[in-house]
Amino acid sequence: MRVGSRGVRPDHWAISRMIEPGSTVLDLGCGKGDLLALLVGERQAKGQGIELKEESIYECVEKGLTVLHGDIEGGLGEFPDKAFDVVILNQSMQEVRDVEFVLKEALRVGRAAIVGFPNMCHWRSRLDVFFRGRTPVSPALPHRWHNTPNLHYLSLKDFEEFCLEKGLDVLEFYGLTSTGRAPIFPNLLGETVVYKIKEGRDCSL
Amino acid sequence: MTDSSKPDGGIGLVETKLFIFGEKEPLRLASGQTLGPVTLAYETYGVLNKAGTNALLILHALTGDAHAAGYHAQEPKPGWWDVLVGPGRAFDTDKYFIVCSNVIGGCRGSTGPGSINPATGRPYGLSFPVITVADMTEAQRHLMDHLGIGQWLAVIGGSMGGMQALQWAASYPERVRSVIPIATTLKHSPQQIAFDEVGRQAIMSDPAWRGGDYYDHGRPERGLALARMIGHITYMSDQSMEEKFSRRLKTEGYKFTFDAEFEVEGYLHHRGASFVRRFDANSYLYVTRAIDYFDLSGGKLIKAGAPLPRFMVVSFKSDWLYPSYQSREIVATLRTHHADVTYVEVNSTYGHDAFLVEHEEQSRLFRHFLAKTSDGKEGVS
Repeated sequence: MRVGSRGVRPDHWAISRMIEPGSTVLDLGCGKGDLLALLVGERQAKGQGIELKEESIYECVEKGLTVLHGDIEGGLGEFPDKAFDVVILNQSMQEVRDVEFVLKEALRVGRAAIVGFPNMCHWRSRLDVFFRGRTPVSPALPHRWHNTPNLHYLSLKDFEEFCLEKGLDVLEFYGLTSTGRAPIFPNLLGETVVYKIKEGRDCSL
Repeated sequence: MTDSSKPDGGIGLVETKLFIFGEKEPLRLASGQTLGPVTLAYETYGVLNKAGTNALLILHALTGDAHAAGYHAQEPKPGWWDVLVGPGRAFDTDKYFIVCSNVIGGCRGSTGPGSINPATGRPYGLSFPVITVADMTEAQRHLMDHLGIGQWLAVIGGSMGGMQALQWAASYPERVRSVIPIATTLKHSPQQIAFDEVGRQAIMSDPAWRGGDYYDHGRPERGLALARMIGHITYMSDQSMEEKFSRRLKTEGYKFTFDAEFEVEGYLHHRGASFVRRFDANSYLYVTRAIDYFDLSGGKLIKAGAPLPRFMVVSFKSDWLYPSYQSREIVATLRTHHADVTYVEVNSTYGHDAFLVEHEEQSRLFRHFLAKTSDGKEGVS
């Protein structure tokens, strides 16, 4: 798999590496289905998506994907417990109002969850804040304050603290630059980040 | 169009065929009664492949018919879903063998209350047994066997056609690879039953109805037209009516009468009047009763251990007769059985009629869903 410019998106590449071949996968906020199609093709995943935007649904169907038109904020009521090996929230967790509820639902219907989000504390974002005195705008955070779909801004440290607090086990994580894995200092060099988590023994979500 | 040329790229001239069965062994109905012989009207388009794996079944709504596509001789208008059925269209007649079947109880070529009862030599009228949606699909299963089809690649239908499609999944899951229920429900709601009852009362309170025995007299046209007018209001949306009629008057200025002065009134009168020319009042009672009885809730949709077809459920945002929540109930039921189900709510303003109007969206969905179903690859979870 070619990663980075003109290849597979780094976060898609990382998620693909976190998926066991043949897994059942639910992608919450699957968009046009690029990630799901990759997982079906590369990992022989049995994929299912949920997406709010109607136009994206058509694109998923054109890719031969199974997709439900709906809002993940309302919960995943119709899905039985542990119906999927993995539930993915890539670039969608930071857009939902009630993160705890959505994560709880994800970990109810999935044995594990993969969460991907833009890192607010990437060095360039830090410079934006420190030197320019402005809310960061970057390839991973491309919107301005008034038109961003993001409701939550967080860093790797924020998320790890959250996991600790809620009793979630981090199984695997990738800090990602535009070309692949950040070699060191992921909270500084990672533009986007992908975590694989599961409910710990004392999960309090 | 009177010849078989195809200027519009469609399938050209077609004919409705009749399949007659149940002469020796009558059809056993859900009510416990029997019906026979039975005539079922249907049309076919395209060619069944050798393996018999490319057959689609299209099912029509309440008052529709088997003429889904192409032209009948001397008829200016094509079938009701012609835009979706034909060479290169979503239901591609170059790839698929397409069957569109009418329903028993109706009056569009199949046995119904207006048919002659062979035992008496007179129209059945109300002596015709009450029919259910399951009875409709059971008659279609006889047609399927007659056509030598082992399994449908897909069963597709909107509204009452969607109920039949769901019924196929419930009754014969092993004979259906995929199902596309459109603008439909798992069970008729009290509101839906109520509208049907008002329509039936309109017919039955017409003195010309005569307890259903009117075939030698004048037909109950006023009652049937009124039932159709009510129906039409429920098929549209507030917005589509505003766009189509607004408050426009047929002629300038109020006349201070109770004539049909508003365009919307004229439209309803026109739809009512043209409907009575093609539909039998008793059939209207029977088909509305059939859908009122329809209820596949409570575990009746999916049999334990039965093979699971793939599903694509489609609803329309402005459809208040079969609202989206009913489609989501179908999806939820299927999900609890781990069925492979895709769901789309199309943002249309056309109300319940949308499934007959929104061609572009439906074409995209159906074309690719069918391609995926027929390429044989396993679906999902």
